[in-house]
Amino acid sequence: MASNLVTITRRGFGETSRRGAWWLQSLLTFLGFAAFIVYSTWAAFQGEHYTFGPYLSPMYSPLIWEAAGQPLSTHSWLGAWPVWMPNIILPLTPAFLILWAPGGFRFTCYYYRGAYYKAFWADPPACAVGEPRHEYRGEKKFPLILQNIHRYFLYLALLFIVILGYDAVVATQFDDGFGIGVGTLVLTMNVILLGSYTFGCHSLRHLVGGRCDTLSTRPVQHKLWQWVSKLNKRHMLFAWMSLFWVGFSDFYVRMCSMGIFTDYRIF
Amino acid sequence: MKATFSIRRGGREGGEMVDYQTEVTEGMVVLDAVHQIQAESAPDLACRWNCKAGKCGSCSAEINGMPKLMCMTRMDTIDTSQPVTIEPMRAFPVVKDLIADVSWNYDVKKRIKKFKPRPPDAEDGTWRMQQEDIDRVQEFRKCIECYLCQDVCHVLRDHVKHEEFIGPRFLVYSAALEMHPLDTEDRTEDLKDMFGIGYCNITKCCTKVCPEHITITDNAIIPLKERVVDEHYDPLAKLVRIFRKKK
Repeated sequence: MASNLVTITRRGFGETSRRGAWWLQSLLTFLGFAAFIVYSTWAAFQGEHYTFGPYLSPMYSPLIWEAAGQPLSTHSWLGAWPVWMPNIILPLTPAFLILWAPGGFRFTCYYYRGAYYKAFWADPPACAVGEPRHEYRGEKKFPLILQNIHRYFLYLALLFIVILGYDAVVATQFDDGFGIGVGTLVLTMNVILLGSYTFGCHSLRHLVGGRCDTLSTRPVQHKLWQWVSKLNKRHMLFAWMSLFWVGFSDFYVRMCSMGIFTDYRIF
Repeated sequence: MKATFSIRRGGREGGEMVDYQTEVTEGMVVLDAVHQIQAESAPDLACRWNCKAGKCGSCSAEINGMPKLMCMTRMDTIDTSQPVTIEPMRAFPVVKDLIADVSWNYDVKKRIKKFKPRPPDAEDGTWRMQQEDIDRVQEFRKCIECYLCQDVCHVLRDHVKHEEFIGPRFLVYSAALEMHPLDTEDRTEDLKDMFGIGYCNITKCCTKVCPEHITITDNAIIPLKERVVDEHYDPLAKLVRIFRKKK
């Protein structure tokens, strides 16, 4: 490839002949992600109001230890917050012990990567629009080459689906026995949306069958690949819906715990 | 109704946008307007075209800043209250007016390892394969090589990585070969090193502009990225391969 064949005049940041609000999609993505990051960070630092009866906020699940100073709930796996746990700068809460896993899954997700490269790095700000930087390393070199770790976060995310599914079942076990409250529906919808997002993952699509060139001789893998491919077509939709719903589920449990919302029992 | 078209005029260097007015009638596409301008006021306006049916991939240009086929862009989808800009593709050097030199693409294609089928399945030298195994590849075969995906890709257009990155079109081409049930060649090493698949940061702009609606990013590029991960960035997969070889 002779380099003299390609001499192109580079455009400045935001320079384009495109008409209309080409910046709107990136702006909305930026606002959506920023809102979630701000809310989830705030919620993770709270260390209280993350349970309400049989409900456990997905931002604190699995609850390995109960947060420091909180009464022991039935959701805790290993009991009270250990005294040896270090508080380096800010007080640690149970959320910080687990949020890195689903956070890492989303951060390295193929859909999110494309979206936040545009919205946060303007790389590019939108299709066919000039960029702020001339230097470019892409995902070929450090640090973004680390995005290739995505499938390992997928393994953890699959584990979280099982745990959150268990939480949805636990959310039917009230003090007076089996029941369904609005919170049960909220937590059930949460695991459905998260499942739809996780099972539509590009890496999973590859691992269950995409890596094979001949699927006709592997009927189970073929079926799995077809199912994952169906969800994969709506990956962006489920990425956004599940992101919103995780935040909403935490908000709902928090509001009930604070006594602001009343959790109505359906039966 | 008269509309104004602002068209890039000039040779390899410089160039300027020149305004032309022409009558726009029902059913017209942008290529019709360009031909009308050629007939009425700019007989020397250079424009490449052939089939006028969205199948030859010759009339690629940037209409109001977006890479599109001129023959498939209907005038009734464009706001004509302002001048309609028509420019050549930006990711390649200009020859004249609306014509870009796309020959770099032909050189890239020559560097990709060719189709290498397994030995024939039947004595008459033919192969047997199932339709469900070839479905994936058939999507990629729809490509008309208009190079709009190459044009919109910021790695080529803005970062000029033509020497290190082959672009979406040739990642699709590589995927068509790599996923073919009869093919025995391995291109993952080339994709990682020589062809720079890691430069793709999944903006999906190539998918957006594809006139054949090939799901370039999701069905071709990401699966190839995953195959590169299998070979080079997944220690568990490497371990499994070692154990399988030992057996």
